[in-house]
Amino acid sequence: MNDQPRFAALVAPMLILLGLVYLVPLFGVLLISVTEPQPGLGNYANVLQSPAIGRVALTTARICGITTILSVVIGYVLAYAYVSASAGMRRMMMLFILVPLWTSVLIRTFAWLMILGDNGPVNGVVQSMGFDRLAMMHNELGVVIGMTHYLVPYAMLTILAGMAGIDERLTMASRGLGAGPVMTFLKVYFPLTLPGVFAGTVLVLVLALGFYVTPIILGGGRVVMMGEYISTQILLISRWGIGSVLATLLMLVVLLTIAAAARAVDLRRIFTV
Amino acid sequence: MTMPFRYSLPFYIAAWSALLFLMAPIFVVIPVSLTPTSFLSFPTEGFSFRHYQQLFQDPAWYRSMGQSVVIGLCSTVLATIIGTAAAIGASRLSNTLAMTTRVLALLPLIVPPVVSALALYRSWVLLGLFDSWAGTILAHAILSVPYVFITASAALSRLDPSIAMAARNLGAGWARTQLQVVLPNIRSGVFAGAVFAFITSWDELVVTLFITSRGIFTLPRRMWDGIRENISPTIAAVATILILFSLLLLLAMRFIRGRDA
Repeated sequence: MNDQPRFAALVAPMLILLGLVYLVPLFGVLLISVTEPQPGLGNYANVLQSPAIGRVALTTARICGITTILSVVIGYVLAYAYVSASAGMRRMMMLFILVPLWTSVLIRTFAWLMILGDNGPVNGVVQSMGFDRLAMMHNELGVVIGMTHYLVPYAMLTILAGMAGIDERLTMASRGLGAGPVMTFLKVYFPLTLPGVFAGTVLVLVLALGFYVTPIILGGGRVVMMGEYISTQILLISRWGIGSVLATLLMLVVLLTIAAAARAVDLRRIFTV
Repeated sequence: MTMPFRYSLPFYIAAWSALLFLMAPIFVVIPVSLTPTSFLSFPTEGFSFRHYQQLFQDPAWYRSMGQSVVIGLCSTVLATIIGTAAAIGASRLSNTLAMTTRVLALLPLIVPPVVSALALYRSWVLLGLFDSWAGTILAHAILSVPYVFITASAALSRLDPSIAMAARNLGAGWARTQLQVVLPNIRSGVFAGAVFAFITSWDELVVTLFITSRGIFTLPRRMWDGIRENISPTIAAVATILILFSLLLLLAMRFIRGRDA
């Protein structure tokens, strides 16, 4: 008996939903970028020559780069602490990682608005120690803090998945053969965690590139990242040509990052958090 | 597990600082929602539930909450049925169709939200789905179907295919095998996917901002407006309720998974 057509029929609704209702509109964006207002590559030329867009791209790249590095480093420390902790401690740590992960980005950003504000608790402590208020909002520092907070759990869980698969006999052998703890970590353990670190970096970078809510609220109009710039082009001034070029380029950067990563690690490793 | 080196004090401090950093928003939002003042502050002189009271007396918040629940439930049902069916299908297909399905299923996760928003905005206007229930539900189903597909596929990969084969050989029809043998065996994966799908819709903001206007005003949209226009402790009260709500879902999922394992 051949059930293949029946299983194909089970797949069909999702193929229609994602292929027809979603993928076709995405290609539509690509199409607009070369047809509006006139057919041709004029929009791309305009985008490449615009100093304003260049600044936005640079800001986006800088914030994404800093955020990714910070998230992966903090995620690594947390993952390492998790695998070396006792069972009870692990439950506690996981709670502290999952609760923020499950809190919406809007709520978290709102909370950072209060924490980092001029009258917030951080500045309260700073002032009580006799220092001037720190400006942590409506600048890149605030955006980086808010985004890092969002991305650390993703980095941590991806790195942790890699650490969990490491054969502990390898580190024991290294110690048994006379290497010290630091040497064992640097030469044996750390290299074994690199695929997880790489997967985590890609995931975090891809998510960071698409950030929208956090930069708008914590940047307060002074830190404009690509997501906000695109939405302004479309929703406020209806420049579909420029907006769709930027959307196309943003998608291209994301896809290239993932394609480059796919050569090094199994993609499923990245997107199963 | 034997680690290369054990906890040293600086490392211990670093790890716990990171955990506190992660929890900081929750530790701030909840007390602020209980402040007696009408501006954002910590409740230094007693607690008050006035902001919760205000919230429950405001029909606008009610309307948004109702819309978010309906849109969340409808898109979850849609995404769960479509995603589970596709996962079962893809697990037994052995050709390029299965590969295409897997790649497509990752697409909504990979594409930046603003790009999805742009694409759907344009098409929804053309199709007459702009600012409609159907349009919002459909858009949320697209964004959440990957989660169902991924969790159901993971559950299927743990399921021995010979069980379904045995059912077929013992005379069960194809449909009956899928519904009564395969489906019950992957139910915890499907349930987890459904919870993720609901949360995705419940929290979705970027795409909704583009594809809705005055008619559909979901809870995240109302919060977004509140944060941008008039920051008050009422937002902290909404945020607290939402945090408790997600915690409840998280616990429910852990409970069901724990019982199955």
